[in-house]
Amino acid sequence: MSARDRILAKLKAAPNLPKPEPDVAAWFAGHRPVENTADKVARFRKCIEFAHAEVHAVTAITWLPKLREVLAARQIDKLLVAEETPHGNAALDELPPQGIECSTYDMPIEAWKTEMFHATPASLTAARAAIAETGTLILWPDAKEPRLMSLVPPVHIVLLDSAKIYNTFYEATQAEGWKDSLPTNALLISGPSKTADIQVTLAYGAHGPKELIVLLMGDEQ
Amino acid sequence: MNAQPIHFKPSEGFRDRAKAVVDNPFLRQSFRGAMDFLMSKRAGQFPDVEELESLRTLGEQIRQYNLGKLPELLVRLEENLTRNGIQVHWAETPDEANEIILGICKRVDAKLMVKGKSMVSEEIELNHAAEAAGIGALESDMGEYIVQLAGEKPSHIIMPAIHKTKEEIAKLFHEKVPGVEYTDNVDALIQIGRKVLREKFLEADIGLSGVNFAIAETGTLCLVENEGNGRMCTTTPPIHVAITGIEKIVEQLSHVPPLLSLLTRSATGQNISTYFNMISSPRKPGEKDGPEEVHLVLLDNGRSQAYADEQLRKTLQCIRCGACMNHCPVYTRIGGHAYGTTYPGPIGKIISPHMLGLEATATMATASSLCGACGEVCPVKIPIPELLMRLREESFSAPHPNPAMRGQGAGYNGLVSFVWRAWATVYRSPMLYGLATWAGSRFSWLMPSSQGPWTTVRTPLKPAPKRLRDMLKERG
Amino acid sequence: MSSVQPATPHPTDIYFFATCVVDQFFPGAGMDAITLLERLGIRVHFPEEQTCCGQPAYTSGFPDEARKVAAHQLTLFPNDWPVVVPSGSCAGMMKHHYPTLFAADPARRAQAEALSARIYELTDFLVNLLDWQPQDTGGECTVVLHTSCSARREMGVHLTGRKLLGGLGKVTVAQQDHESECCGFGGTFSIKQPEISGAMVEDKVKALKATGAERVVSADCGCLMNILGHAAWKDAQEGRAQPSLPGEHIASFLLRRTAR
Repeated sequence: MSARDRILAKLKAAPNLPKPEPDVAAWFAGHRPVENTADKVARFRKCIEFAHAEVHAVTAITWLPKLREVLAARQIDKLLVAEETPHGNAALDELPPQGIECSTYDMPIEAWKTEMFHATPASLTAARAAIAETGTLILWPDAKEPRLMSLVPPVHIVLLDSAKIYNTFYEATQAEGWKDSLPTNALLISGPSKTADIQVTLAYGAHGPKELIVLLMGDEQ
Repeated sequence: MNAQPIHFKPSEGFRDRAKAVVDNPFLRQSFRGAMDFLMSKRAGQFPDVEELESLRTLGEQIRQYNLGKLPELLVRLEENLTRNGIQVHWAETPDEANEIILGICKRVDAKLMVKGKSMVSEEIELNHAAEAAGIGALESDMGEYIVQLAGEKPSHIIMPAIHKTKEEIAKLFHEKVPGVEYTDNVDALIQIGRKVLREKFLEADIGLSGVNFAIAETGTLCLVENEGNGRMCTTTPPIHVAITGIEKIVEQLSHVPPLLSLLTRSATGQNISTYFNMISSPRKPGEKDGPEEVHLVLLDNGRSQAYADEQLRKTLQCIRCGACMNHCPVYTRIGGHAYGTTYPGPIGKIISPHMLGLEATATMATASSLCGACGEVCPVKIPIPELLMRLREESFSAPHPNPAMRGQGAGYNGLVSFVWRAWATVYRSPMLYGLATWAGSRFSWLMPSSQGPWTTVRTPLKPAPKRLRDMLKERG
Repeated sequence: MSSVQPATPHPTDIYFFATCVVDQFFPGAGMDAITLLERLGIRVHFPEEQTCCGQPAYTSGFPDEARKVAAHQLTLFPNDWPVVVPSGSCAGMMKHHYPTLFAADPARRAQAEALSARIYELTDFLVNLLDWQPQDTGGECTVVLHTSCSARREMGVHLTGRKLLGGLGKVTVAQQDHESECCGFGGTFSIKQPEISGAMVEDKVKALKATGAERVVSADCGCLMNILGHAAWKDAQEGRAQPSLPGEHIASFLLRRTAR
């Protein structure tokens, strides 16, 4: 018998103690009121800012200038963007003439790992959606906008449409039917990388981005 | 790495190790401070008692429901992971698990494995096995990295280096990391770790991680972390190997949000961790990063023994938040190393006997005043004090056939059992009780002034000259 | 949380289960509790045959022995009166663990469940059944209250002691650090792990003393035995003739403060 069969046999030999199915939906319905967009935006901001992210309200017109300003403030002149995405293409069109070099993730990581780790100071990605309750960005990296874009560069800038903020993680998974469509990697990001492993003292930029900047599109505040 | 030999018996020398910490005011203060901090952070996350209690009830229901279907869910998880391209392996013992992982390493001639935080990998002593096989195993969680550099083991499941001060870490980095000047600035220390480890992420052939939740219906592995090293380990190297205990499974994606909320709020008082990483497949054609191979190792190591008993099964509800240790007055006094087990604190006391046998761990169950703080904060309502009493019973009862656990009767002592039987004989009989207590009250001057362990820090116990029943009689 | 039961709003008769610790080591506390209850117009019945709730054996891992002793107590309370226990720990044993202890014995289990419903910790009984509003007759005084872990977590009655003391006009109740933390007694724990138990009681006594309170009161004599035992030991070590932390059962304190 294989280890698999032995383990399963032991578990199956144990008393069968079926338990009632938990009602997750009822708990959320009873404990997490559905908020309007303005409230969700406010809660999202408060939470993610508490986690040390920087949030800027932008519009379809102002987001690129704001992006440039954010980079200039940090004296960053190089940005990793995803081509074939609307925001990536917009950046590719607008930023290089203004002195910001835009590199693209156009080949498998093996071909440029060292450059990614050593010469990529910042990246721009979109967020698929967000969660107000916890101040969380939802990213589903894909072939166009791969996983390491939101992990390796020390500064990660995220474009988020404020109409896509859910109340809770639960609501997001239900509304978007995640259980039938999960990608290779789905990510929740709720601030810059951090650790409190030395004397419970909080330090940012442990292994991932030291700074997380959210450009919150459509927020009129 | 230095570490305890695998067949070490944590029960042996427990009192000495505990005493060493109790007698060290510096360590006492440092654990007290850290636990106070974690307790207040958790309390801040649960201002609404009704919300907390109903969420704990939901968490308990979710865990019990899923454990109720465990064999079926494991098979479903395997089917769905396999369909998604993730390779599933099963291990009954730590040795089998190590063999599987090292087999993968050897197949690709791996030189370096970078590890995200995984208590199960500590449980199987993977670092030991890897080093013995000539494969580098490097911890990348900052706390784990510090502990590994120091040749120690984690003293807390969430905060591995909680026993170390920044000065000690500064000295360690200065001595062990080439070219590092002494600094006790925490930010600077973290940046040193970041720099060293980033080079290793680039170089590594294998990334190892634990699993917080495995979702059966979707075939997904979920990881909770703050640092990003878990994402590094699961994204950068060409192969990702995840290892988990068989109990960390949920049937449905919808079970995850409540458990995640309970986990991060209970563990570190965060409403959510910085990263929640859901992995459902290796790199797909056209994708530009992520591992080409993903493996999952499902480890039993005694869990099926706990599973076989209705009461002991509750041990497996655990989601490894560490709140029980943060709130434990015993853990706060002695820290994690004194336990001598991979999992310290209250959860360690109830899970370790299934992994190591009661013969090696019986003493741990006695190291509790049964104050109930652990059970009170447990986000999935594991009745830890009840389980400790059960373990005491399993340990102290005379060995019998078909025991519920390995090592049953290991703490059996004929004399002690006789004393309890005699006690019961006296206390079930009003006449004998009356005689014994009457004698106690009249001859209390005979009570010795030294009463063993009691009088090491207390005055001796002396029965009152008159019992309550005597006083009531006199009053009429 | 607390065991408010509408069935018997103002009972006239109760059983008093003193506990073996009170009977043998703190009989004065038992007398004071009885006197206090009588003063409130209650007829107190003390079944002479009572011994111990069985908890020492139960928590030590000897449930069979605990069951034998518990089975004897089951027979002592024939009338449907409340059973008042001046200890959260022993009350917790009778209220919450008796039904489990007799799970495999249907007849006794039914008895245990019926008894369980009638078990009251003393302060819970005073507050929630009698709705007693104590009238303070003493002078200014600061006390600190230690609530046992069983009273707090098993019985959920940690608020009642505080409420009673809070009703005394001239009594200030000091707040100690780590109030909800165990004193380190834990029955046989104090003998089996004396180093850890010793560290816990040391910290507890320090926290209680740091409040500057004149005395510690508690509704559990097990904790008092541990706390006062350590405080007295420390006094002896440091050559103090007067106790640096006197203490007593909350019943004694309440009785004295409300004397007419």
